[in-house]
Amino acid sequence: MNETMSTQPGQDDRYLHIQTPDGLDYRLEIANMGARSHAFLIDWHIRLLIATAWLFGMGTALFSLSELESIFDLDDMAWPFIMLWLSTLFIYLFYHIVLEIVMGGRTPGKRMAGVKLVTLQGKTPGAGAIILRNVFRLIDALPGFYAIGLICVGLTRHHVRIGDLASGLVLVYDDAVKQKELQQMTRLAMHSELSNDDQALLIDLLKRWKQLSRDTRIQYARHFLQRIGHDAHIPATEKKHDKTYKQVLEQLLAGESGQ
Amino acid sequence: MKQGGMSKQALREWLNTRKPDWETIENTLNGRAPAPPRALTNCREQLSAYKQVMNDLSLSRRVNGNALITRYLENLFLKLNEDIHKPSQQLFEQLGYLFQVETPLLMRQLKTSLISALLIFCAGIAAGWFMVDRFPDLASLFASAEMINKVHAGELWTDDLLNIMPSSFLSFSIAANNIAVSLTAFALGALYGVGTLYILGLNGLMLGAVFAFTAHYGMADRLFEFVIAHGVVELSVIIIAGAMGLQLGESLIRPGNRNRLQAFQQSCRNTGIIMLVSVPFLLLAGLIEGYISPNDSYSMATRVIIGVVSGLVFWFIMLFGWPRRHSSSSGQP
Repeated sequence: MNETMSTQPGQDDRYLHIQTPDGLDYRLEIANMGARSHAFLIDWHIRLLIATAWLFGMGTALFSLSELESIFDLDDMAWPFIMLWLSTLFIYLFYHIVLEIVMGGRTPGKRMAGVKLVTLQGKTPGAGAIILRNVFRLIDALPGFYAIGLICVGLTRHHVRIGDLASGLVLVYDDAVKQKELQQMTRLAMHSELSNDDQALLIDLLKRWKQLSRDTRIQYARHFLQRIGHDAHIPATEKKHDKTYKQVLEQLLAGESGQ
Repeated sequence: MKQGGMSKQALREWLNTRKPDWETIENTLNGRAPAPPRALTNCREQLSAYKQVMNDLSLSRRVNGNALITRYLENLFLKLNEDIHKPSQQLFEQLGYLFQVETPLLMRQLKTSLISALLIFCAGIAAGWFMVDRFPDLASLFASAEMINKVHAGELWTDDLLNIMPSSFLSFSIAANNIAVSLTAFALGALYGVGTLYILGLNGLMLGAVFAFTAHYGMADRLFEFVIAHGVVELSVIIIAGAMGLQLGESLIRPGNRNRLQAFQQSCRNTGIIMLVSVPFLLLAGLIEGYISPNDSYSMATRVIIGVVSGLVFWFIMLFGWPRRHSSSSGQP
């Protein structure tokens, strides 16, 4: 751990403030309870799905249908079935530990919720910290439905559960700008007259275009164009006029100002 | 038009000049571009890139404010910073340091907690023995009806373990159970040590009660014969886990000259290291319990020797560290 970086608590509770020894400071936005729960619920569904697929996939591959009838017979279970159950349990219980180590503080659920784990110095957590964090799920999950963990998240400044406190980790929003967006960003910065906020808004809107419903796309695009004072003149009667809005936005992205 | 003291033309020039470098740096960091063949050259290039990105970020913050390009450069700077400062990947050296130096040092620091955990566990054993010895009916609090019926019939519940499941599976399930108990005893320490007290006390009570119950039927020696080979390491790890849990509670109750959070985090780090080293020994205890303890072909003397030797090896490694070769350095990797 690089101890030369220091955190500056108390400046703004929404952010984790970090200063490097080189004098550059930066901040990471701390994920709130909603984002944390969102990520957990996605992960819970994924690991349940994987574990169930493993149980039934391996079950049908290794055993006959008549043998499988006793797979839920807990009182008189054959040891090959016990091994199958234990391997399923292993997948379910070690999902977070393995994936957080492999994916550098992320899991599929965290990735979809746009959050990641970092140390208090803003760095990718090591295996030791991740294991420790997950051991403390034993406490956070008590007495059920992660009640202690959720209360702790609600009461702490950095919105952390006991496992995070123990391991010195924080869940922050993963607002990393991808390398593939560099081309768009530089083009905008060089050619566009849009303000910085509007540039970010434009890229974000086009990035999320496919996820939005047709009406929402049109609504957002219209609001954006009104915001920047762009006169698009797109008649509401035009067929597929969400595509027309997209074309206008892409022209703006290419640096063709239509103001 | 000027932006932060820089004209649009200057901004274009700057972006056009710097963009290929940023892409190269990112590709190198992501492993998509080949690193220079010489490690020293690679280090120099990375340090040079780090300084350049730092300058670019400072400039971008001044000129562009919180624009996307600034955010991109912040991310690139973070990645470079992390890459430059990450510890060397010397797994075997780190493991050596952990087993040879760090664990014995931490164990000595946590001596008081260890003694406390041992005393609590022993008090639990004594209380359990006393309760069941005086009131045998209380055995139903600590043993299942099936176990009690077997003892009434002159058998131990451990007698036909190998007929129920094979040794390999028995070892695995026992080790898994013991690891779960140890981790729970440790983690419950975060509840100001109360949870750890409960787990330690309960396990001690159960052990004492079960021995008193079997002694009542003249079978305590047979139970001892079953337990001794694996019990020394198994109970040692559980006591250590309890001690680490008590240490967590202590750091919350009496944080000393640090605040509670700092004391708790430091305590978690130290105790976590000891747990990391000691818990794998439960696999050894599980193997002994699966292959040796239920096997009648091992004599009492052999079992005692296995139990004592495994216990001595365990405590030697925990208290004095894995033996070091004289030529090796004792410094941190």
